[in-house]
Amino acid sequence: MYKGGKIIASLIIFVGLFTIPFFYNMGKANAGPEVNLQQLEYMQSVEPAIDMIAEHPQLFNQWRNEAVREGKTVYVNSEGQSFDMSIEKLAGSDSSKQLCASCHDYLAVQPTCWSCHIEPKEAVK
Amino acid sequence: MSINRRQFLRRTGMLTALGLGGAIAFTGFRKKEIAAAAEYAIEQDAELASRWAMVVDMSKFKTEDDFKRVQEACHSIHNVPDFKNTKDEIKWIWKDDYEHTFGGGQNKYLEEHLNEAPFMVLCNHCENPPCVKACPTQSTFKRRDGIVAMDFHRCIGCRFCMAACPFGARSFNFKDPRPYINEVSPEYPTRTAGVVEKCNFCYERLAKGEQPACVEASKGGLIFGDLDNPNSEVRKIVSTKFTIRRKPELGTQPSVYYLVGGDDNA
Repeated sequence: MYKGGKIIASLIIFVGLFTIPFFYNMGKANAGPEVNLQQLEYMQSVEPAIDMIAEHPQLFNQWRNEAVREGKTVYVNSEGQSFDMSIEKLAGSDSSKQLCASCHDYLAVQPTCWSCHIEPKEAVK
Repeated sequence: MSINRRQFLRRTGMLTALGLGGAIAFTGFRKKEIAAAAEYAIEQDAELASRWAMVVDMSKFKTEDDFKRVQEACHSIHNVPDFKNTKDEIKWIWKDDYEHTFGGGQNKYLEEHLNEAPFMVLCNHCENPPCVKACPTQSTFKRRDGIVAMDFHRCIGCRFCMAACPFGARSFNFKDPRPYINEVSPEYPTRTAGVVEKCNFCYERLAKGEQPACVEASKGGLIFGDLDNPNSEVRKIVSTKFTIRRKPELGTQPSVYYLVGGDDNA
């Protein structure tokens, strides 16, 4: 290889620089979102049949279609429990009012819910 | 190792097919609907009808305050912004004159007080709504109870519905409305810029068993009910008294009737 030594040395330096963040954080525990178990449990209890963390956006989309188009405003979950289909009520239902924000902030997702829906007053973005 | 062009093309083709097939295997079989076991219900005391309609009794709208009170009741509940200029104005229910309400071609010798008499106007919730046909995203649709409603989530702001509506019942948010709302009401969401909005016959209040906000504030000037129910007050008025509708010649079959003769000379 023409000028092989220089190329390989540069490659090693490049890979080293590129992976600094991984080595820097190696062994340190991930802080994780500040979600308390009660919040998670409550959210899961809305619909125990699905993984609420992964599938709540799809569930909310179904809620929206039922509420706006069919005029059905009450959700009866797979265990027969009724919930008002309202993300305002859901977000304001736990005492800290951080049910949505705690996870969304950590994951840096910014759903546009609150650009129209009225966010519970105590909630911090 | 060297490959010729034919081999190269065949291999890339195979790889592409594998990639696409793999993607379908992962995403194609994922269920679209979730929680099939769950059900949806209406609230116990919800008001139900097969065709909601309104009668505007013009004899009850005499003073400026009669109009203002009704408009404020609606606009404050639904977070309708006040941009303070007519270009950006958003209106769900408002006051307009005879000519704009019932169309041109009227008798030019009509007395001034009649010609310029104000009328309470709002979305007519037509039986054949042209806005619904115009909407490319089905954001505007007709509900089973006759209400022409909007799903603001789906509105892309094309404004075809505004062009299609012969009554000017729709307004467009050219700017973010939030800063222009005096006091945000928690009863109904706000809108964002780029979304059309209009009167929804207070379907969110009907779902809770309440009357529309304007009807409550009108002190009897607005009468609301089910047109398909022969015992409802609106049906009785519409079938026994002389009422007019806006631009009936267009065939949209508005659900808002104007009782113009007053109670006595019906």
